[in-house]
Amino acid sequence: MTNWERFVDSFFNARVAVEYFPKIVEGFWLTIVLAACIIVTGLAAGLLLAVVRAFAIRPLNLLIIFVVDLFRALPPLVIIALLYFGLPAAGLSMDGFVCAWIALAAVLMAFSEEIFWAGITAVPKGQWEAARSTGLGFLQTLGYVVLPQALRMTIPPLTNRTIAITKGTALASVVAVPDILGAANAGVSFSFNPTPLTMGAAAYLVLFLPVVIFGRWVETRFAWKR
Amino acid sequence: MAIVEATGIHKHFGALHVLKGVDLVVEEKQLVFVIGPSGSGKSTLLRCLNRLEEPSGGAIVVDGVDMLSPRTDINKARQRIGMVFQSFNLYPHMTALGNVTLALRKVLGLGRAEAEKRGQAALDRVHLADRAGHFPGQLSGGQQQRVAIARAIALEPRVMLFDEPTSALDPELVGGVLEAMRELRQDGMTMVVVSHEMAFARAAADRVVFMADGAVVESGTPDEVFGNPQHERTKAFIGQIGRH
Repeated sequence: MTNWERFVDSFFNARVAVEYFPKIVEGFWLTIVLAACIIVTGLAAGLLLAVVRAFAIRPLNLLIIFVVDLFRALPPLVIIALLYFGLPAAGLSMDGFVCAWIALAAVLMAFSEEIFWAGITAVPKGQWEAARSTGLGFLQTLGYVVLPQALRMTIPPLTNRTIAITKGTALASVVAVPDILGAANAGVSFSFNPTPLTMGAAAYLVLFLPVVIFGRWVETRFAWKR
Repeated sequence: MAIVEATGIHKHFGALHVLKGVDLVVEEKQLVFVIGPSGSGKSTLLRCLNRLEEPSGGAIVVDGVDMLSPRTDINKARQRIGMVFQSFNLYPHMTALGNVTLALRKVLGLGRAEAEKRGQAALDRVHLADRAGHFPGQLSGGQQQRVAIARAIALEPRVMLFDEPTSALDPELVGGVLEAMRELRQDGMTMVVVSHEMAFARAAADRVVFMADGAVVESGTPDEVFGNPQHERTKAFIGQIGRH
């Protein structure tokens, strides 16, 4: 075998590809489900925290800032490992999917809270005053006047951060979740051939490249809007 | 009947004593003009009246409602006090009509059709009926300020507060805003105006209040204050204004 043939046999082995294709597809769907769970809960929790923070209740805000800084500082893999390998010692065990979901959602919550909060504070004070002077309450002002403006400003950084954290779904493979990378790794172990990893990389591209392009489009679109 | 009765208003910003026991009474259908050098506390006084600024002491009664009582629903009280700001503060993500109808729908609870009818009427009063569908970014500064006036009068307030409404405008756009205010006055609106438009004060005000260093120095008719000021500070201020 020439070097080239060896290379093709290792990374683009048709027999192995056919055999493990269904597993990769299953992993693909699982990754999508995991990513969707993380995005929905992470962003919702982040927005909720930012809204609570707007009430400016000092002890509560200190708590929020502490939690947010904690999850921004911890590597996601460490959080996943703590949940998956640490919690059973406390008598609480969750499967890998739930651990990865909670860990990455918490990280997305932390980063998105900071972004939402930056957006809220970037809305001029005069907007609050104008709305309150017409008799709108605090929450009404936040909901109808401030958040719509804040969210528009936060969409580009939020999209980037969401993509970055969602790619972390690959970490779930460490705790036995058969996502794309998990399925690919399993394939490698059983076939003694790295072709499943090539397929996994391709699957990630299929999944995230459109999202990245979408993010680029969002960024340019909202850049000249304001 | 007094619509606004503020007595002994104090306001501290930290160590800074911005209002030092200010009294202000505005009778129904009066236009009271508050003038004075910058830093004299006139805007702070105005903002205390609807409690955008929390006074440190004193009493404020607007249209019979004790504004500083903890039992007062401040959102309800503010419906009766319209306010216009120096920087317009229109909601940039809403059309002119959307700006005017937001409070009608969410505060008064009107349905969309009814709110839009009233909103359109308010825009008509400031001669901007044809701009209802425009966003603030598509309007001139003068038009934006008139939309802001429409937003306030749509709620049919008992008194309107104007905080330097023309200070951010190019000179050629001031006239339209003053015209809208003049018409409002003719319709019998009670108004408190903080402004440097002295010619307008002379022509339209019932009473002029001169403030300096957080206190009312003197007040009277425009003729009295501009024509025959009693205090040195007033004389100096009027003299300075008159020179340009």
